[in-house]
Amino acid sequence: MYAYDELDRTLINERVSEFRDQVKRRLAGELTEDEFKMLRLQNGVYLQLHAYMFRVAIPYGTLSSKQLRALARVARRYDRGYGHFTTRQNIQFNWIKLAELPDALADLAEVGIHAMQTSGNNMRNVTSDQWAGVAPGEVEDPRIWSEILRQHTTLHPEFSFLPRKFKIAITASEHDRAAIKVHDIGLRLHRNADGETGFEVLVGGGLGRTPFIAKTIKPFVPGRDILSYVEAILRVYNQYGRRDNIYKARIKILVHELGIEKFAREVDEEWRQMDGGGLTLDHSVIEEVRSRFSYPAYEKLPHMPDELKQAAHDPLFERWRKNSVAPHKVQGYSIVTLSLKPVGGPPGDATADQMDAVADLADRYSFGEIRVGHEQNLALPHVAKRDLPQLWKALDRIGLATPNVNLVTDIIACPGLDYCSLANARSIPIAQELTRRFANHDTAEMIGRLHINISGCINACGHHHVGHIGILGVEKNGEEFYQITIGGRADENAQMGALIGPAVPYAEVADVIEDIVEAYLALRDRPEELFVDTVKRLGVEPFKERVYATR
Amino acid sequence: MTSPLQQKIKITGPSMVTANRTSDGVVIYRTAQQGWSASLSDAAIVRTSDEARALLNEANADDVGAIGAYIAPVELKEGGEIKPGNLREHIRSKGLTIDLLPA
Ligand code: HEM
Ligand code: SF4
Repeated sequence: MYAYDELDRTLINERVSEFRDQVKRRLAGELTEDEFKMLRLQNGVYLQLHAYMFRVAIPYGTLSSKQLRALARVARRYDRGYGHFTTRQNIQFNWIKLAELPDALADLAEVGIHAMQTSGNNMRNVTSDQWAGVAPGEVEDPRIWSEILRQHTTLHPEFSFLPRKFKIAITASEHDRAAIKVHDIGLRLHRNADGETGFEVLVGGGLGRTPFIAKTIKPFVPGRDILSYVEAILRVYNQYGRRDNIYKARIKILVHELGIEKFAREVDEEWRQMDGGGLTLDHSVIEEVRSRFSYPAYEKLPHMPDELKQAAHDPLFERWRKNSVAPHKVQGYSIVTLSLKPVGGPPGDATADQMDAVADLADRYSFGEIRVGHEQNLALPHVAKRDLPQLWKALDRIGLATPNVNLVTDIIACPGLDYCSLANARSIPIAQELTRRFANHDTAEMIGRLHINISGCINACGHHHVGHIGILGVEKNGEEFYQITIGGRADENAQMGALIGPAVPYAEVADVIEDIVEAYLALRDRPEELFVDTVKRLGVEPFKERVYATR
Repeated sequence: MTSPLQQKIKITGPSMVTANRTSDGVVIYRTAQQGWSASLSDAAIVRTSDEARALLNEANADDVGAIGAYIAPVELKEGGEIKPGNLREHIRSKGLTIDLLPA
């Protein structure tokens, strides 16, 4: 866990009273909507179809049980009893009243949670691997660096009025769980030949209307130089980035137009001239931030406790364990993923009761800590293996033990036309129908790892470009249609999916997806060949033939 | 659906003006009595682009009460019943099309 210092707490509280005053003036008619809009966006407040939406940051996806209870309370007291976990380690509330928002913010401020950096053209919540600090083989905890960046960029004038929003993600593991290649800046922590830790710096990734995979501009920047290097990137962006055209304003467009070599040269030149710019990190500063992350007092536990051996006789437990439990860096412990993708449920939603129950389970079994990942699931990061059978039963009782993590029903979906004012088409009911079609766990396991990602419009909040199967809502003559892509991926081998054929109407989407999966089962050369690998080996054509031949 | 926020004022059929209430975001409709109602059945119906523009201007003038006013199509049924003219407005007036809890 991370302990906020006095400065943070003061800042958060000041923001709440500032916003309370702004809301009061807005409601009294002293501020017009034009004047107020930017102020509300700086506090995470959007307008959706039915109501205001309130987006709250969960920095690097780490929550304490106390914080999760506060989120549950907000859901219950000011909203309709649930919240939606997003792909960028935020949570959204969909029904908040403007008049009550200051109270909700104040309740969250008590536990150090806020909505800064969740909207507007600024540096957004710096995201990270949801297994940070517990994944085996990690170079070091990437959250230390997320936090250093967060502190430096929060409300920093140079980062508050960028040409467009700006997103950074950090990973420190071989396997990228933070989707760094689809961020404006992706940072991969690693060690160089001398054993020094530093970052591979990638720039210009992003989804939306013009998707790009980030490219490496520097293979190694020592940790102490990362702030100055990021600042150099931002300066080049601030200088050249287009402010005239919202669709061309993201850094990915600049990188694309300048070319990665030229962009890298510009950054290097800027960086050289800055000569640290007072941003070189002292060892003591890094250590100070490091010391604020506390780790549990792990016990010395056996690798294979008796409780686990016994429970292994229960096939339902075993199925869940194999699917949702991952190795931990400390012997005798595990990382447990809590699927927020029940069959028939809206992906990423959790009720206030579930949040409270998870907070209690975290206290009992995970040293009071919860994680939020970009796949819209939760995790308990420090569960003793001997407790797994008990935890499983408890999770099952609250509907959070669906053994479908990374399987076909573990769908990423944006709110779509059910909530979002920018949407062309609905996302959630498509996801719900697909989870019903593939509800049989044996079938899902037989299919293997398969990520379906759904967005209700080209903004790509549901990461459709990088879904193994991507579904994008478009509009044709007032009707909902969906473009389907295959072969995308968001990990270290990130790539955009390719279109498989003409868009299909709402009612046919689930059938087409079933056909694609059938085609894969027929085409894969062995059961271990994953869907994405079959697409990679064969290309789109054989899928297209099978799926569209009969349509 | 093209975002109504970008639309030019040119209507092709019966239309209304809708917005969200400032204090709580609730979906509201401009009435013929120069007020707002949360019920579509109270909406003022306009049939020409000029009428639509006038109604929208009137709605926009109430910056304290409502935000994001725009013109949207309606369908008029026998007996005068007003129905939303597209899926977006259907969802705004009737609510989510999804079950919140798993089936
Ligand atoms: C009222 C609701 C929302 C609005 C108005 C909204 C708006 C947008 C817009 C305009 C973009 C495109 C930005 C660009 O290309 O410059 C975008 C991208 C994105 N949003 Fe949202 N969004 C909403 C909800 C969400 C939700 C629920 C999620 C997570 C599930 C999310 C996560 C993202 C992500 C990951 C991207 C794409 C990555 C990128 O920036 O390239 N957003 N959003
Ligand atoms: S992808 Fe489009 S429809 Fe979905 S949440 Fe983002 S802006 Fe809304």
